[in-house]
Amino acid sequence: MRKILFESLTKTPLTEPAPGEADAEISALAIQLDHAARARLGRSLSIREVDAGSCNGCELEIHALSNAFYDLERFGLRFVASPRHADVLLVTGPVTRNMSEALLRTYQAIPAPKWVVAVGACAYDGGLFAGGYACLGGVAAVVPVDLYIPGCPPTPTALLKGLLALMANGRARVPL
Amino acid sequence: MPTLSDIITTGRVIEAHRPYPRVVVSASLWQTLISRLSHGESTLLGLWGDADAVHMALLDEREGGVIVATALTGEGPIPSVSRVHPPALRLERTLRDLFGIELAELPDTRPWLDHGRWGLRNPLARYAEAAGEPTSYPFLGAEGEGLHQIPVGPVHAGIIEPGHFRFTANGETVVRLEERLGYTHKGVESLMAGASIEQAARLAGRTSGDSTVAYAFAFARAVEAALGIDVPLRALWLRALMAELERLANHFGDIGAICNDAAFALLHAHTSVLRERVLRAAAACFGHRLMMDCITPGGVAGDLTPEGAGQIRELADIAGKAFPALVELYDNTASLQDRTVGTGILNPTLARQYGCGGCVGRASGRNFDVRRNLAYAPYDSLRFEVPVRGEGDVNARVWIRIQEVQQSLALIEQILDAMPTDGTLRASVGATGKPAEGLALVEGFRGDILAWVRLGADGCVDRCHLRDPSWFQWPLLEAAIEGNIVADFPLCNKSFNCSYSGHDL
Ligand code: SF4
Repeated sequence: MRKILFESLTKTPLTEPAPGEADAEISALAIQLDHAARARLGRSLSIREVDAGSCNGCELEIHALSNAFYDLERFGLRFVASPRHADVLLVTGPVTRNMSEALLRTYQAIPAPKWVVAVGACAYDGGLFAGGYACLGGVAAVVPVDLYIPGCPPTPTALLKGLLALMANGRARVPL
Repeated sequence: MPTLSDIITTGRVIEAHRPYPRVVVSASLWQTLISRLSHGESTLLGLWGDADAVHMALLDEREGGVIVATALTGEGPIPSVSRVHPPALRLERTLRDLFGIELAELPDTRPWLDHGRWGLRNPLARYAEAAGEPTSYPFLGAEGEGLHQIPVGPVHAGIIEPGHFRFTANGETVVRLEERLGYTHKGVESLMAGASIEQAARLAGRTSGDSTVAYAFAFARAVEAALGIDVPLRALWLRALMAELERLANHFGDIGAICNDAAFALLHAHTSVLRERVLRAAAACFGHRLMMDCITPGGVAGDLTPEGAGQIRELADIAGKAFPALVELYDNTASLQDRTVGTGILNPTLARQYGCGGCVGRASGRNFDVRRNLAYAPYDSLRFEVPVRGEGDVNARVWIRIQEVQQSLALIEQILDAMPTDGTLRASVGATGKPAEGLALVEGFRGDILAWVRLGADGCVDRCHLRDPSWFQWPLLEAAIEGNIVADFPLCNKSFNCSYSGHDL
């Protein structure tokens, strides 16, 4: 273990902002997010993720936000285990009927002010799963949505961009 | 001992079914097949419903033969398989939920995927019925002094899929775990009925996002088998390349995540970097990080450029150099080994009985990999080993993944070296004017995925069934956790890494 730890001391970090368009995008995001997030919530924003019946593709990319390349926490954004600790509810999936109550209860457990971000084509309008007996067809059918991040699944960069957009324009909603 | 094909001599053979035979069997032959299953003489590959029939796919592991047996509902209640062969239980509960088919002596008649929230009952039956209110779900009992229950989910603390776990514990020790799944049921099979082949392929590729390549591969092969399509050679090799990249990305992710659940974040950080590199290479070469919709019935969606091939070689090189140090780290960290060795042991007898595939089965002595046992192109002309271990604990499941990473890296190089350069990438897929049926098995990173499809005369999907490997792994997680401490559940669960979405469909 020592070898690996020592190596990490001498190697340059993988975390980007390196050259290239996407990387420039991320570093620009970092600055804007910093101002907006601080103005509203101090230094950090806590996110609670709920899978409302996704295919798991969206979760994989949300996970990727925490890897060394994107390093989500440097932006003051972090995932929390309890909705009680969250500011943002990040929802994926077409909202299956079997998950609708759990989604609503999680939303209700988040203290105001709170924001809802719908991630992926499914969360927008049910995507490919719309129209069946088993799905409600989008997050907005159950909880009010502040922001939609498109993609199937959205790339980690798109997710970062989206969260920034929320910070710049989000309006806190009155709790139900 | 007679083989499966010796037994299926009576019954009506369905000519349209390819490449394996499908036979409509009598009640007595169905009974014989069930009793073979219960004696371990064949392995259950899948069990699914139809408007007026139940189909059962069986494997004879010695002979390597696969057959699909069909029992018709019109001739009295069909005998339950799970009455004597428990691996069929959840599949039977599901076909009862979806089709309303009553099976004789089904040992557990609680609904499985149906949580009473769809507004209708038996959605895939000819005539679905309106349904009332959701009812409460009676969990199995566990009684005794000092026992308490811990309900967990469907929303979990981490970023994972939804499912409910009901633990009964005595102090820290788990006495019984009962899973309740179905939360992510999206009605994939009903959405597929009547869909065009293209639309159905997109749905198949979203059955379980982490296995999108494997699902698209399995669905495509089932359609191609049904229609008798020959896929261009280069497309076949590109498919295998994508499949190995997907396996690599997932195994990197899982090895790290298992260690992370033992609070060893360093390995997780390093394997996440490798995973990200795989996804970036995939995006650069195939236009999508997870390679969704890159395999299509008839072939593949796009070609690999020489630069792309170079990028993948570079990736394999970087990963090949970085990985050994991580393996060494895993092996030499006593505090980590303390958590993984001897934890969550899955008994090899159970793994065999359940026909448990993937790393989970191979870590418990089940020497089975579709790429070899029911080899399909181009794996029939590739060299690779199938690692198998006998301990069945978390550590063994980590090691199988480690060895499979090494195999996949070697396979990727072989594929790049030997891939034919011929330019066509896609054969045309069109209606043949008559109904056609196909079955395919593909080895995903989680194990064997079964895809079964019946196409109508118009070339649209009439019925499609996709069976995730998790069906035969989830029940075993309940067995593996027994006697372990509650705090080791995340570790055991991650080392199985069953799919919720793939299971719930
Ligand atoms: S948007 Fe795409 S990746 Fe995300 S859950 Fe839906 S199908 Fe899966």
